[in-house]
Amino acid sequence: MNTTLDLTTPTMLDGKEDCALIFELSQPGRVAYSLPECDVPSSDEEMSSWLPAEFKRSDAAALPEVSEVDVIRHYTGLSRRNFGVDNGFYPLGSCTMKYNPKINEDVARYAGFAKIHPYQPVSSVQGALQMMYTLQNDLAALTGMDAVTLQPAAGAHGEWTGLMMIRSYHEARGEHRTKVIVPDSSHGTNPASATVAGFETVTIPSNAKGMVDLDKLREVVGSDTAALMLTNPSTLGLFEEQIVEIAEIVHEAGGLLYYDGANSNAIMGITRPGDMGFDVVHLNLHKTMSTPHGGGGPGAGPVGVKSILIPYLPAPTIEKKADGSYDFAEASKDSIGRVKAFYGNFGILVRAYTYIRTYGPDGLRRVSECAVLNANYMMARLKGHYEVPFAGPCKHEFVMSGSGLKQYGVRTLDVAKRLLDFGYHPPTIYFPLNVEECIMIEPTETESKETLDGFIDTMIRIAEEAKTDPELLLNAPYTTPVTRLDETNAARKPVLNCACS
Amino acid sequence: MKKHRYIPMTEQNEREMLAVVGAESMEDLFVDIPKNVRYQGTLPMSSALDEAGLLRHMTQLASKNADSDRYASFLGAGLYDHQVPVVINHVISRSEFYTAYTPYQPEVSQGELQAIFEFQSYICELTGMEVANASMYDGATAMAEAASLASAATRRKKIVISSTVHPETREVVRTYAYGLGIEVVEVGFDNGVTDLTQLESSIDGDTAAVLVQSPNFFGAVENVRAISDLIHAQKGLLVVSANPISLGLLEAPGKLGADITVGDAQPLGISGSFGGPTCGYFAVSKALMRKIPGRIVGQTTDKNGKRGFVLTLQAREQHIRRDKATSNICSNQALLALSASVYLSIMGRQGLIDVCDLNLKKSHYAAKQLSAIQGAKLAFSSPFFNEFVLQLPENTDLHALNEKLLEEGFIGGYDLSRQYPELGPAMLIAVTEKRLKEDIDRFAEILEGSL
Repeated sequence: MNTTLDLTTPTMLDGKEDCALIFELSQPGRVAYSLPECDVPSSDEEMSSWLPAEFKRSDAAALPEVSEVDVIRHYTGLSRRNFGVDNGFYPLGSCTMKYNPKINEDVARYAGFAKIHPYQPVSSVQGALQMMYTLQNDLAALTGMDAVTLQPAAGAHGEWTGLMMIRSYHEARGEHRTKVIVPDSSHGTNPASATVAGFETVTIPSNAKGMVDLDKLREVVGSDTAALMLTNPSTLGLFEEQIVEIAEIVHEAGGLLYYDGANSNAIMGITRPGDMGFDVVHLNLHKTMSTPHGGGGPGAGPVGVKSILIPYLPAPTIEKKADGSYDFAEASKDSIGRVKAFYGNFGILVRAYTYIRTYGPDGLRRVSECAVLNANYMMARLKGHYEVPFAGPCKHEFVMSGSGLKQYGVRTLDVAKRLLDFGYHPPTIYFPLNVEECIMIEPTETESKETLDGFIDTMIRIAEEAKTDPELLLNAPYTTPVTRLDETNAARKPVLNCACS
Repeated sequence: MKKHRYIPMTEQNEREMLAVVGAESMEDLFVDIPKNVRYQGTLPMSSALDEAGLLRHMTQLASKNADSDRYASFLGAGLYDHQVPVVINHVISRSEFYTAYTPYQPEVSQGELQAIFEFQSYICELTGMEVANASMYDGATAMAEAASLASAATRRKKIVISSTVHPETREVVRTYAYGLGIEVVEVGFDNGVTDLTQLESSIDGDTAAVLVQSPNFFGAVENVRAISDLIHAQKGLLVVSANPISLGLLEAPGKLGADITVGDAQPLGISGSFGGPTCGYFAVSKALMRKIPGRIVGQTTDKNGKRGFVLTLQAREQHIRRDKATSNICSNQALLALSASVYLSIMGRQGLIDVCDLNLKKSHYAAKQLSAIQGAKLAFSSPFFNEFVLQLPENTDLHALNEKLLEEGFIGGYDLSRQYPELGPAMLIAVTEKRLKEDIDRFAEILEGSL
């Protein structure tokens, strides 16, 4: 192997040994559970009368038979084959992989939050309702909106919730508006959410500066426009300088503006979607508000609305009554209905609220400033080594292109794989779609200058390696538990479970 | 600027970095934001607290809530108070799991990918289905997505849902159905289970699917096989929502004719958390594999032939197909799916059978004791698993009753009168393996004294 990397150096991932499936560890007769002895009387005769035989399971589920030690070793082994923010720098663009504070985890596990039931008497959950009520207000203030629902479980879920409200709003006014406009740099969830809400999507190209093309926008807006969905700053990390004009164009045509809050980490306390002219906004609490991504979830995607949309909010929201107690507000007759069971991902809301209280409003503004400075610093240092298609200042993230390396037979994917050997999680790659060989970097505010410099130096080194030893990149990574995986075969002949029985 | 423990930027860092950028001040980095939309002043939000102050505040909020460590709960209605093995919290507290993103880079995400593959395997094993995904937001949205899938797969625009499905699930299904232009027809119940005569007359050649829950919202076990025959006769699909813990005792929906099986994995070691986050599961027959929503993990090999796992069948998904995707879902409930997997690993083959046995025995003991109270009776005689409906005398004030129970250290059952007024004053009572005989006896005493 032609590599200058010292393979004896411990990397973030040292679980290189193969890891058996939990099912493969099974030994008949072994147990890991502890259940109480049955303390109520029952007879076999009674039991057979409770449940007809045809309702009973014919073959026991083939679950593994292992001891508690087996379970702990197995999952600890798996964890060692996984990379999280606590392992190292994770500059995944548009995902805001900031540090997940430990106090959030501790308080969310308090029995008073973790072990309560959504249907308990309201008198027995006043602390939970007070927290939710306060969070509703805090998020409304942060986004410049008039009301907030905490129910949506994720960003995409929030998008769909917001679009359903927009649909109801137009329908209540007797208008038949079928189209949702998105720029070509938008998240894939935007058009997908529009479809699930019953809209058609119209995609408009960005202009040479990476911004919404106002002429194109004017061409497509009309009496069929339900909404424009916009991420601002955009997925290119650029603030839409003409946002006020954009809002005017859409509103004049009778459409509403949807703010995809995925990139809110750039603007807290600096500008607010509500003041820019947006009518609906969702926030990704698992991005901006530091709640952990959990390997893919759970998240939370609260939605804020201007007063014109309040009647359509999903039920229920939390209200404070005249006597100072908290309760669920009655659903409006025009509500879009329920979008999720119960009241949203409460455990995530607890973490987000805790995070907000560690900072307060001035602290949150500082978060955004530092996130933006970190991104601009990285862009400034990297622009001589990779192509930067749009000049700064960027906001909390920026995009580069790996297209300059194509002459050496190297692609962005290879750069990303090579980064793994140095203990970094790669940036987002091949997104947004309107930048060739895209590399999208979001450092967040919780990374130090030393960390950024270390990563930048590595990126420069990799660009150099691409020229001098492209093979090295093409075969990377070398230090991970597995090398590159055959994704084509995985999709062609799917093996999606271990088919235990 | 006050320093903060999560922000490593020093004043010197800031000066040096601004110089590299070519900016004079932080303000220079925001010149692209129009002046008229810049926020002036301090946002009217909650103020900052130091660590000790914040812990005090959160402890105070938490203490205003009656938790199931301090109160014996007879409340279920879709979210259950089962024993959560202590091991689970230790596993999901491994920050390699909880601080990771969706496993986009498989070489450094084999742990999560394998965990999801094992979760998919567990779900298939429990449900008797052939393919499961990486999980959904919750059981309610999973059922709504099932309706969407069924409509797309059959190219039909009507679904029939039983009124014994959880009321909130039905509401969520209706919201999604409205967005997708799907008509929803609801059928009633008889003796606590779906009225099969009414169901049969509601199904026709335009019906994409029948959606049922078993054990249903009343805790009663549905005759899934009979329902399967009715919908399949019209070439529609059967969607079954099943409480996964009950599948240690009850027949797997896949063996009873389900085309799509969904549900909420909360009973499998996930704490209540006021209703979320939980974890929806979603499993289908092989025929529907390429139409399933959400993330799916598949097994493959690396360049050296070593076993490995990747996200697969992504051509269904929003980041590839955008407006043509099978769903807009982008996340999954990976950390909760991990909780469920650890639960099933802990319980194992015998543990799941034993925990079902305890639920069955204790709930039937409770049903017997409670229905022996003067004026109280079981609403239905249909078979049930760990939850049943107790009808109370006409003048019973259930709100006051639950407040009284709370004073005595109990969280009472779910008041059915709002969702099902036809039942009169009726309480849905769940009894898990955690309830002691003495809890049940005392609960019966208080109830008797209150009527």
